[in-house]
Amino acid sequence: MADTTSTTTTGPTESVTHIAHAQVGAFNAYGVWAIYRFQMARWFRTLGESLATPVITTALYFVVFGSALGSRINEVGGVPFGSFIVPGLIMLSLFTNSIFNASFGIYFPKFTGTIYEVLSAPISSLEIVIGYVGAAATKSVMLGLVILGTAYFFVPVQVLHPVAMVAILFLVSFTFSLFGFAIGIWAQSFEQLNFIPMLIVTPLTFLGGAFYTIDMLPPGWRDIALFNPVVYLISGFRWTFFALQDVSLAASLGATFGFLLVCLGVVAWMFKTGYRLKN
Amino acid sequence: MPPVLSIRNLNKVYKGGLAALTNIDLEIEKGEIFALLGPNGAGKTTLINAVCGIVTPSTGEITAAGRNIQRDYRAARSMIGLVPQELTTDAFETVWDTVTFSRGLFGRAPNPAFIEQILKDLSLHDKRKSRIMELSGGMKRRVMIAKALSHEPEILFLDEPTAGVDVELRRDMWKMVRGLRERGVTIILTTHYIEEAEEMADRVGVIRKGKLILVEEKTELMKKLGKKKLTLHLAEPMSALPAGLEDWDLALGKNGGELEYVFDTQSGRTGVSALLRRLTELGVQFRDLDTHSSSLEDIFVDLVHENA
Repeated sequence: MADTTSTTTTGPTESVTHIAHAQVGAFNAYGVWAIYRFQMARWFRTLGESLATPVITTALYFVVFGSALGSRINEVGGVPFGSFIVPGLIMLSLFTNSIFNASFGIYFPKFTGTIYEVLSAPISSLEIVIGYVGAAATKSVMLGLVILGTAYFFVPVQVLHPVAMVAILFLVSFTFSLFGFAIGIWAQSFEQLNFIPMLIVTPLTFLGGAFYTIDMLPPGWRDIALFNPVVYLISGFRWTFFALQDVSLAASLGATFGFLLVCLGVVAWMFKTGYRLKN
Repeated sequence: MPPVLSIRNLNKVYKGGLAALTNIDLEIEKGEIFALLGPNGAGKTTLINAVCGIVTPSTGEITAAGRNIQRDYRAARSMIGLVPQELTTDAFETVWDTVTFSRGLFGRAPNPAFIEQILKDLSLHDKRKSRIMELSGGMKRRVMIAKALSHEPEILFLDEPTAGVDVELRRDMWKMVRGLRERGVTIILTTHYIEEAEEMADRVGVIRKGKLILVEEKTELMKKLGKKKLTLHLAEPMSALPAGLEDWDLALGKNGGELEYVFDTQSGRTGVSALLRRLTELGVQFRDLDTHSSSLEDIFVDLVHENA
């Protein structure tokens, strides 16, 4: 990155004469960092609220599902029910928070009008995506780890494949943040911003084996459940904990990467056409 | 010297079919202050947004210092700063953070000393830790300018920079704009305050219904299109013009208490001396007389109406 900025002590207007025509290099790293830092700063300002809500919600899930239902369903695949639901709970929070953080991150400047600055800056679509989606994914990963830490207070948790667990955590966070980013560009109101997460993602997550394995479903419903992409994501993540899976790991990773590619394609198209960003 | 900004055959048709810009050709020289005038909805903001990359042109070519704004957008945009018309700010951020963000976004390395100086120059330094939502409208406007200057642009667009600001701030901004120009920054401003253009601009462009109907040196424009009005305050009001004054384009004003004569200052014979002689011959007496040169505003109104 080339930068020929003059350090001035004489004022912005005077310094302009000293500009040796600054050029942004092939990658606008300062621009990406500016977006990333700005988004993270907003999150850190409300860190208490950002973390407290999902942690309390998760604790409630443990109380309701782990204690109340756990007394009736002792084990699933040899794993205590309270422990069994941990990966599903993390995924549930990951999906909703990735989508919320990324969609809000891009929708809010659209709503306030400050998006003009990003659109007029010497920054590519890819760099914009890295900045916004990277920040949203970072928040989600941190949140996922906090929920995992919270789970240790309630139930015994084992992670058989920690590296794979962290890798899937990053992959799913990035994928759903990208999905949220596309929703944020698409949305034209706060109602629309919540429409897809509330009406599609949350039901699919609840029906996607977050709290059970799809083998527990009647045969017909099990076949239908296999059309739910969330099943593949939760199954892969649960495998990293207990080596238990509804579908093969390859199918899980294939579905996750497939969804990532679809989201990338949609976002690329949005930037190429200026869909709901530019006139 | 090649123009710092060149716009050729620019057209913008929105999806609904509205032709916002039609065949715009414009060249802006380095270091000049160019005022773009036009009524609401004329296409001023669309033109600025097209240059800045916020609106995608339908056809045409725009270059900033020879760099195409679409093909070579990084180089072109890094030279341009924009102060939009609307006070669009991150209400919850501090002044310092939002200006620092703008500099980084435009690919410039952090330079706290520079940011500090901008804030001092715009009388924002003591507000640097304040959140933008706590600032007055005028202060927010200054923040917008600080953001636009944070990456040291060579071309600065000011879209209605003094809309809704008080007289003192307006004067401050004019001073700042002149200071920037003296140091080589090219300024393109749109304004509703014609006196602003009259006060500051080197050249003036008038846009109407998406067409650039005139681009002219301000002084030349006022010379060419400027008219003067002679007003004679009559000793006795008249109910009608007396016979013998048909050679002059006269009108009665103020219930017959004033006689008005509009004449072209560029014309070889203004007819003023002859008119005064004839009035004396006809026994028309007047208490006082004054002349008024047409302002840029008068010219603007005439132009816009002529092309309506």
